[in-house]
Amino acid sequence: MTLWKSILAATALALASSTSVLAAKTDLVVGVVLEPPHLDPTAGAAAAIDEIVYANVFEGLTRIGPGGEVEPALAESWEISDDGKVYTFKLRAGATYHDGSDFDAEDVKFSLERAMAEDSTNAQKGLFAAIDTVEIVDPTTVKIMLKTPQGSFLYNLGWGDAVIVASESADGNKETPIGTGPFKFDKWSKGSSITLSKADGYWGDPVALDTVEFRIIPDAAAAVPALLTGDVHAFPNMPAGDALPQIQADPRFVVVVGSTEGETILSTNNKKAPFDNLKVRQAIAHALDREAIIAGNGSGFGTPIGSHFSPGNEAYVDLTGTYPHDLEKAKALLKEAGFENGFKATLKLPPPSYARDGGQVIASQLREVGIELEIIPVEWAQWLDQVFKAKDYDLTIVSHTEPNDIGIYARDDYYFQYDNPDFKAVIAELDVTSDQAKRNELYAKAQKIIAEDAVNGYLFQLPKIGVWDAKLEGMWENSPVQATDLTDVKWAE
Amino acid sequence: MTAFLAKRIAVGLLTLIVASIVVFAVLEIVPGDPAQLMLGMNATDEALAALREQMGLNQPVVARYLGWAGGLLVGDFGRSFTYSSPVIELIAERAVVSLPLALMALILSTAIAIPVGLFAAARRGKAADTLAMGAAQFGVAVPNFWFALILIYVFAVWLRLVPAGGFSGWENGLISGLRALLLPAIALALPQAAILARVTRSALLEVLGEDYIRTARAKGMPRGAVLWRHALRNAMIPVLTILGLQFAFLLAGTIIIENVFYLPGLGRLVFQAITQRDLIVVEGVVMLLVASVVFVNIVVDICYALVDPRLRTR
Repeated sequence: MTLWKSILAATALALASSTSVLAAKTDLVVGVVLEPPHLDPTAGAAAAIDEIVYANVFEGLTRIGPGGEVEPALAESWEISDDGKVYTFKLRAGATYHDGSDFDAEDVKFSLERAMAEDSTNAQKGLFAAIDTVEIVDPTTVKIMLKTPQGSFLYNLGWGDAVIVASESADGNKETPIGTGPFKFDKWSKGSSITLSKADGYWGDPVALDTVEFRIIPDAAAAVPALLTGDVHAFPNMPAGDALPQIQADPRFVVVVGSTEGETILSTNNKKAPFDNLKVRQAIAHALDREAIIAGNGSGFGTPIGSHFSPGNEAYVDLTGTYPHDLEKAKALLKEAGFENGFKATLKLPPPSYARDGGQVIASQLREVGIELEIIPVEWAQWLDQVFKAKDYDLTIVSHTEPNDIGIYARDDYYFQYDNPDFKAVIAELDVTSDQAKRNELYAKAQKIIAEDAVNGYLFQLPKIGVWDAKLEGMWENSPVQATDLTDVKWAE
Repeated sequence: MTAFLAKRIAVGLLTLIVASIVVFAVLEIVPGDPAQLMLGMNATDEALAALREQMGLNQPVVARYLGWAGGLLVGDFGRSFTYSSPVIELIAERAVVSLPLALMALILSTAIAIPVGLFAAARRGKAADTLAMGAAQFGVAVPNFWFALILIYVFAVWLRLVPAGGFSGWENGLISGLRALLLPAIALALPQAAILARVTRSALLEVLGEDYIRTARAKGMPRGAVLWRHALRNAMIPVLTILGLQFAFLLAGTIIIENVFYLPGLGRLVFQAITQRDLIVVEGVVMLLVASVVFVNIVVDICYALVDPRLRTR
């Protein structure tokens, strides 16, 4: 019996003493919910790719900063011709790829032409549609000719889909990404983690971290213990809503609620009766109570929005008062539209909790004015097929996470089926305007038109709930792009 | 014995062929375009067409089935749509986690269940029996993901004896690998052990009522010896059946546990592949699971024959 006891004690001791020692000050373990399918940001829409490689491994000519502003990256500076059609970029001299090869104008031409090519599988091919030709002036100067002026061109070049890659390594980037960033790719243990380490000879300020491990933790219930045991230091996007108060109360961690580019909306099929009737859409807008929807969205956080624009953007206009929550008005509008007794419609909900949970709340709110919604849960693949492509839907809830994407309302054949020449004119003018003050004015106009037309039910801006070790500095509060930019992250002394 | 084996194997092969057709057909019907899912909402039609061509989705269904099934015969599972690596590599990477996990769970559940079943049967109707079967009832009723969370909070967060999850690979040593798999294996094993203990007990009770047990006792054989030598062997048939079923369940049923402990196993792989419409990976993993179930069933059949010679001639 004593022997048995001592064996047990010894085992416990051995197990305990070998548990992980606190990480040294230059290591970082970041928890991510989704594993990227591959690591090439120029060949897939998955946010999970950019969340690992954007700004860390790959860089573009420009980059998007923490406040959503355009900053120079591989392009040191640029000049724009007076007609807005020729961009001349002065490139960073001395930048190298992680395999040792040099970065120069050839790579810029190669990368942009690859993205524009006929057999390109770039998920944001539209970003490059305005480019006519790319011309190499000398190894550190590139001239890009546009077919038509594009006011958002510099911003577009800052997307993860527009990063600059080398012709020698481009084909292997899915498995072994080779970029010019401050971190180089080390190892990918499929299903478990991706490791980066500090790149030697980086052209910019060297990063403070030596190694970064992105650990894939898909389950919300598993994220909390991983944080509590110190296995993971930071979750830029924490999946656990229920356990948040517990973490907030713990002085070892900080919880930072920021904003994303995700406009969460009740998308409406504008060509399908009765939603083709402005009065019906206005009635829905009046029936929605944003505060209650936010409270029930799974996390309880989120900023109410009244149009399709991020409150973090300087051009943002608060239009939440356009159609305030007013049931009587909603009923009156429905009566005017000929639906005194309400009507029936369907609400297709994709998997995220903002949709599945928020959908219940919205259905009960619309029921109060007589609109009976039948809730149909769908998977993402079905959503893309039925709602997005075939436009076979009445209402759906989805978060549009692409940055600065109000332009989608001007697209023919987009799934909202919204068609307004006035709006299209504003967007067309935006395309040829590069003066920032004028652009902001046009953005305001665009926001107002779709808000008044009540194209969709505008609900809230998706929050970014970041949780990390209190001693960690430099993590981004907001996510103007879907990225985990670690270039300024360090451990406090 | 040879004829018995040949028959079992032939049935197994037929099962595999039918399964391959069903699996392929079902996934063909599932809505969702893998290319659209990969490129997202802003993709142009051109880019979608280019990707579909690259993934070979433009060929007719029958040609794709034959190409895939033919590949399986020579061990080529195809190439994943999302990960750009061969499916067989993905499966191999994941199997080194899932197989040891399932085996550990199976060994654990057997090691717990058989003694508990024996113990309870030997003390039928007494307090010990009631207690053991009460515990088993609890084990059956507790959902394994909840039990897993409790284990994490007690042993990882509170006592800090094992990691809360994750798997850093066998290359970091056998001990670290086993430690990572310990809690998941326990969480998986508990409900299985509970079922197995109940089956063992009831099978034993039935056997203990037989005449030859009374004879053995009457000739002066000690209680324990009767239980081990005569009763247990005769009670093995139902126990083996359940064990065979459980192994298949453990392999396929690790999805939840692998998610809770974020282990890079087959369950996670197939779950991810389904949401991303990486059909070729789903097909590969499902076929592998079917094959392992068929294999385990053949092994169980052989075990029946070893335990009970009468079955060999059938």
